[in-house]
Amino acid sequence: MSFPHGSDLETTTRLSRHQGSAEARTLEGWRARGGYEALRRSLDMSPAEVTEVVKASGLRGRGGAGFPTGLKWSFMPKDDGKPHYLCCNADESEPGAFKDREVIRWTPHLLIEGCLIAARAIGAEHAYIYVRGEFFEETRVLNAAVVEAYENGLAGEGILGSSWSCDVTIHAGAGAYIAGEETGLMNSLMGNRAEPWAKPPFPAQAGAFGMPTTVNNVETLAAVPMILEHGAEWYRQWGSERSPGTKLWSCSGHLVRPGNYEFALGLPLSDIIFEACGGTPSGRPVKAVIPGGSSTAFLGGDELDCATTYEGLAEAGSALGTASPIVMDEDTDIVAAMRRIAQFYAHESCGQCVQCREGTSWVVRILQRIEAGDGRPSDIDTLYELCEQMTGRTICVLADSVVFPLRSSLDKFRADYEALMKPSLVAAG
Amino acid sequence: MAENGARADVRLTIDGVEVTVPSGTRVIEAAERVGVVVPRYCYHPGIPTRPAQCRMCLVEVEGRPKLEPSCTLQATDDMVVNTASDAARTARQAVIEFLLVNHPLDCPICDAAGQCMLQDYAYVTNQLESRVDEPKRIMGRDRISDDILYFADRCVICTRCVRFMRDVAEDDSLIVAQRGDKAYIDTFPGRELDNPFQGNIVDVCPVGALVHEDFVFKTRAWDMDSAASVCPGCPTGCNVTIDTKENQIVRVKPRHNAAVNSWWMCDYGRRHLVMTNRGVRADVPLVRDGEQLRPVDWATALDWVAGRIDALGSPGGSAVVSPDASNENLFYVERLLGRLGITGAAFIVPQGETAALPTVPTLKLRADRAANPAGAELFGGRRVDGLRNGASAGGLVVLDDELKGADEDFGGSADFFLYLGTRLAGAARNADAVLPIATFAEMDGTFTNFEGRVQRFHQALRPPGLARPGWMVLSRVLARLGDGEAVNDVRGAFERMAAEAPAFAGLTWDGIGLKGAAAAGSGAEAAGVAASAEADA
Repeated sequence: MSFPHGSDLETTTRLSRHQGSAEARTLEGWRARGGYEALRRSLDMSPAEVTEVVKASGLRGRGGAGFPTGLKWSFMPKDDGKPHYLCCNADESEPGAFKDREVIRWTPHLLIEGCLIAARAIGAEHAYIYVRGEFFEETRVLNAAVVEAYENGLAGEGILGSSWSCDVTIHAGAGAYIAGEETGLMNSLMGNRAEPWAKPPFPAQAGAFGMPTTVNNVETLAAVPMILEHGAEWYRQWGSERSPGTKLWSCSGHLVRPGNYEFALGLPLSDIIFEACGGTPSGRPVKAVIPGGSSTAFLGGDELDCATTYEGLAEAGSALGTASPIVMDEDTDIVAAMRRIAQFYAHESCGQCVQCREGTSWVVRILQRIEAGDGRPSDIDTLYELCEQMTGRTICVLADSVVFPLRSSLDKFRADYEALMKPSLVAAG
Repeated sequence: MAENGARADVRLTIDGVEVTVPSGTRVIEAAERVGVVVPRYCYHPGIPTRPAQCRMCLVEVEGRPKLEPSCTLQATDDMVVNTASDAARTARQAVIEFLLVNHPLDCPICDAAGQCMLQDYAYVTNQLESRVDEPKRIMGRDRISDDILYFADRCVICTRCVRFMRDVAEDDSLIVAQRGDKAYIDTFPGRELDNPFQGNIVDVCPVGALVHEDFVFKTRAWDMDSAASVCPGCPTGCNVTIDTKENQIVRVKPRHNAAVNSWWMCDYGRRHLVMTNRGVRADVPLVRDGEQLRPVDWATALDWVAGRIDALGSPGGSAVVSPDASNENLFYVERLLGRLGITGAAFIVPQGETAALPTVPTLKLRADRAANPAGAELFGGRRVDGLRNGASAGGLVVLDDELKGADEDFGGSADFFLYLGTRLAGAARNADAVLPIATFAEMDGTFTNFEGRVQRFHQALRPPGLARPGWMVLSRVLARLGDGEAVNDVRGAFERMAAEAPAFAGLTWDGIGLKGAAAAGSGAEAAGVAASAEADA
C-alpha cells in the first residue's frame, strides 16, 4: 500500500482520508463514515442548485486540463428531451499518475456517490465508469460496490426512495492511453476504436451515443460529495482563488518516500519534493522534475519554488496536469528519459493525424540515434521544428503531449543532447 | 448554383475573393467555388463522414489562434480564410514531410505514380529532399480481397476506404488495425471483404495503397488515354472513364454524376467493361457469293446491300436487335426496317443477380444485363425471352445479336438476311451480307438508361480493321436508298434522330453534355432529371 506515508509536511487528507481502511470499501463501512449523505442532500436540491454549488467551489477538472467542473456541467442542454450521459474517466494512464486507482480501490462508494450527484446535476440517466483495462483489482472492487449500491436502492430505479433514477455501468477498457481522451473514451465506450474526434461536436452537444454527455475524471467526481456536504466556502479554505481545494499527488522517481499524498493546492513544489517525499535517496541534487505527469514540461532543479496551483505551474512554464511529479536526480540521462517518454506516446498514438502518427515515432528514432552517439547538431534543429509542427495541428493533444517535455528538455538540457554528439560536430555547429 | 431559399446564404472571403454560399457549407467546398482546391486526403465529397484526420486541408482563419481543418469548418459570415498563408503552407509542407517518413518512395514501380495525391503535393510543396535518415518502418503488402492488393507502406491512413465501406456501402468488413505508425487497413477479424461495390475503395485511395489486381503493374498513368463513357453492364448507365493503353481497355473508373451513380459503380460493371472488347471481331464487310461470304470493300458492300433492298421493296419480315446497341444505331435500324416494312424488332435481355448500394438509391446493378433496353423499347422493340428461328420470308435484319440458341439454318428462309455485328456469330454466317460495326467503346453515341436518361459516351478505342459505327454504315445504306444523307460524325446522327424520333425531340448532342438529359416522356423527365443535370453542370 502506498498511502498514507509518514511525512514531514502537513497533508490535508480529505479525498483520501478513508484510503487504507478495508471497511470503507463496503457499503456498511462507507455509510458509517457518512457516505451517501451528500447524495441524499443533492436529491433535495434542484440540478441547477447542485451545479451552482460546484461552480462556486471553483473545483477544476483533475484529469489534467483543469477545466472548471461546474462550468462544464452548465454546458449540458436543459429540457432538450434527449437522454444525457455521464462518463467517469477512470482510464488513468498518464505515466507518473497513480492516484485515481487508489480512490477506486479504497473508496469505490465515494466515486459512485460522486457520479450520482454529477449525473443528477447534468440530468443524466446513465453514468458510465470507464475503467482502464489493466485495472483488474479496481474493476473488481468497483463492481462489488455497484452491486451493493443497486441492492440498497442507491442506483437504478428510485434512488434513496426518490423519484429519480440513474443507472451505473462499469466499462472496462482494452488498454489504450488514448481512451483517456474524452472523445476517444466515448468512442471506445460505444464499441469503436478509441479515436478522438474533431470537435465540434462537443460532448455536451453530441457525446456518447450521439447524446449530450459530460466526461469527468475520478478525482473530480470524488471531490463532489464533500463539496455538497460542506459547501463551496468550506472547500475554498484550501488552495488559491483560481485553484481551490485539495489535490492528490502521485510522486515518483528519485525520492526517499515516493507515493500518493494529498495536499492543499498552493504549496511550493519544492516542499512536496523535499519535505514530504524526503528528497533524493542519493542525496544528490534534483536535476529535473516533470511536475504533472509525462505530458508536462520539464522543470529544472532550480525552478522548484513555484506554487503547486494550476496558475503557479503554468507561470513556471509547465503545468499541474495530473499532479504527478516525476523527480530525476543529477545522474539521470535526460535524453534517455525523453526517449522513453516519446516511445510511450509513439506507441499510444491512435494513428489518425499524421503529425502524431509519424511525428512521434520520428522523434523516437532521432532520439535513439542521438543516444547511440550518432547525433548531429542539426538534429536539435529538426526536433525543434517537429515540436513546432506537432503543436496545435491535430485532433487531440497527444502530439502536443510529446512536445511539452521534448521542447523543454531541449531548452533546459541542450548540453545533455550535445554531450552525446561527437565534439567535432558540435563545434562545427 | 441555384439559390437555396430554405437556408440563408453566408458571405465570406477566401484568398481575397468574396464568395456567397448557402449556410452550412464547409470551407473546403466554398473554396472550390472560387477555384481554390485545398489539398486533402481524408475528405471525399462522396463519403459522408469527415474525420478531419489527415490534417492536410488546414487553413488559416483570421481571428482564430489555430489552423482549422477546412473540411469540417463551417463557412460563416465575414469569415476571412487564407488557404495559402505562410502558416497554412508550412503546415501542409510538414504533413507531406511526415507522410514521407515511412513511405517507401517506390514511385517508379507504383501504379498510382502520375495520379498520386501524395506525389503531386510533394512536388507542389517542393519536398524533393527529405531530412529523414532513420530506418523506415516496413510492413509489406497484403491481399485485402480476392481482387484488391494493399500496399501498407504507401498508405496514408486517410481511411477513405474504410469509410466508403462502412458509410456508403454499409458494410463494416474493413477496419484500421493497430495504431500509431503501425496502423494499417485490414478486414475485420473473421470477416472477408466481399462486397459487390468494393472496387470503389481503389478509386477513393488517394495514393497507391490499394490497387486492383487486374491493373497492377500494367501501365504507367501517363501512357494511358482516357475517354468519358457510360458503363454498359446494366441499364443504370453509371458514368465512367475508360482508360486505355495500346487500344486495350486497362481500367474503368466511375465518373461523378449526382443523378445516376454519384461517385461509384459496381464491380460487375468494371469487370464486364474490361471484358467487352475481347474475342474475335468481324472486321471486314462480307457479301454472299454462292456458298461463300466474300470480303469486299465498303463501297462494294454498301452498293450491294442497297441494291438488294431496293430490289426487295417492302416485303415485311423480322428483325433482332441487341439491347446493347446505341440509340443512334437503333434509330437507323428502325429507319431501315421501315423501308423493308418490318415492325417490332425483337430483343433479348440477359438476366443476372441484382445488387444495391444502400446510400445511393439510383445506383443498382439491375437484373437486365444490357446497356440500352430502354432505347430498344423507344424504337419499337419487343422484349422476347428467346430467339425464334427467323423462318419467315421477306427481310431479316440482325443488329449485333449473338444469335445464341438460333437454329443452324437461322434465316435460311428469308429473302434477304442482313447482319450488322461486332462479331461473326455462328448463325450470322447464314447472312447474305455481314457489315462489321464498332462496339460502343469504339465510337461516340448515346444510351438511354433505365429511367429514360439519355447519356453520351465517347470513343475510347480504335475499331478493328474496317469496322465502323453502325449509324455511319446504316446512314450510307439509307442514303443509297434515297433516305437522308450519309453522316460522318455522331452529331449528324444524333441530330437526325432528335429531329425524327419523338422521344428525343428537343435534345441536342451538346445540350445533353457529359451528364445526360431526360428523354421526352420518360420517368427521368418526370423526376426532373434534366433540371438536376443542368444544376450539376
